[in-house]
Amino acid sequence: MPLNQTPLYEEHVKLTAKIVPFAGWEMPVLYKSIIDEHNAVRSSVGIFDAGHMGVIDIWGSDSLIFLLKIGTNNAAKLGENEIQYSILCNEQGGAIDDILVYRLKNKFRIVANASNTEKVLKHFESTAKSLKVSIHHQKDLHILSLQGPKSHELVKNFTNKKNTCQKMDGLLVSRTGYTGEDGFELFAPKEKCVQIWNNLINRGAIPCGLGARDTLRLEAGLPLYGHEYNEETTPLEVGYGWAVKFDDHDFIGKKALLKQTQEGLKKKLVGLKFHDKAIPRQGVKIYSGDKEIGVVTSGTFSPSLKIPVALGFVTPEFAKIGNIVEAEIRDKKFQAVVSSKKLL
Amino acid sequence: MQTPEDRKYTKEHEWVKTEGNFATVGITFYAQHELGDIVFVETPSVGSILKQGQEFGVTESVKTVSSLYSPMSGKVTEINKELEATPAIVNEDPYGKGWILKLEISNPDEAKNLLAAKDYDSTLAH
Repeated sequence: MPLNQTPLYEEHVKLTAKIVPFAGWEMPVLYKSIIDEHNAVRSSVGIFDAGHMGVIDIWGSDSLIFLLKIGTNNAAKLGENEIQYSILCNEQGGAIDDILVYRLKNKFRIVANASNTEKVLKHFESTAKSLKVSIHHQKDLHILSLQGPKSHELVKNFTNKKNTCQKMDGLLVSRTGYTGEDGFELFAPKEKCVQIWNNLINRGAIPCGLGARDTLRLEAGLPLYGHEYNEETTPLEVGYGWAVKFDDHDFIGKKALLKQTQEGLKKKLVGLKFHDKAIPRQGVKIYSGDKEIGVVTSGTFSPSLKIPVALGFVTPEFAKIGNIVEAEIRDKKFQAVVSSKKLL
Repeated sequence: MQTPEDRKYTKEHEWVKTEGNFATVGITFYAQHELGDIVFVETPSVGSILKQGQEFGVTESVKTVSSLYSPMSGKVTEINKELEATPAIVNEDPYGKGWILKLEISNPDEAKNLLAAKDYDSTLAH
């Protein structure tokens, strides 16, 4: 299958980005240096092409009923221009995707992971069968993500609240992101992407690739589908019980998740901090003594902490913050301290 | 960057520069560029015996890990200690200050299995 390109592809080429295939898209992994791009977002402001993310609009008289059915979070709590994080589960409670739900004036908007967009659309269509809803994949809308403590200087006149959105110059802009910093996501029509991108860069935003996006989200303890989430892993295990609202509504997977709550979790996601230099990558096994107790789901060198860090699942008895565990990297064991998922 | 002609190369992107029975080993400009920011170089201890083509360590960048293979057989006589504190010198100066280790080579004839600069460059041109 040929790879998709975002409207910013030629800009990435001009900036001599290193471009890699990612979830069916040709995306910049870095421009000059992951570490420099990471630091730009932590200290100032960076801009990401998130044009590969799936934007799906839902309208019709049954759209709220539909949202309540598919998502673990309670979409009925959303006021206009408010945004919530939610998880789409299968009947077994495993994650189909983790999403953002926007309540707009006459519709809901879902932002899905690029790697899952097609799967999510199929899931929506089969779930919506008996309901009066329209599901529309907004292929010509692309997300540009402006992130960092100085991002607000480039998006003036935005209301202060996190997880809200508003129209600015005809564009929907939300105060959201995936870096652990203040930031904004802009939904730009195809023909406006290049102009907005270059304008923000000219005003000081540093172009940042997927490499920095990954180190930033990992330090912030934010899960990534395919690493922390998959169809066999539940939001409760990932530590996102706060986005699972049992009391308010019935949703796909509720029974399985309730059962898991009663029976107790078999694994819990934790943060890990290392003091040696070898980097634990996805799949590295975690031990306590000779006993295998878990597996690393994401690992990297943390540019902010300057140590290797990871997220990983361990059996609950070893999940206590401060516990010492070991990770086996290239046949050698390296000590790690269990920390909160938010590593920074 | 010009590939220096005063040394030989492996297809796995190491370089080796020999002076008599001694050799200095590092990775190429292409290799460090592909890896991106290098944050750790794992090396063998001084005194280790390496065979030509043997894996002797790894370079870790933020994004990925890559094995290092010895271009020639010999005994490790020195490790670049600078790499411990500032592994980024491999990115900054891969053919100079970013060298990785020195060997006392046991079989100088092995050099014939290695690539000259222009032949190494042609392995990259596709």
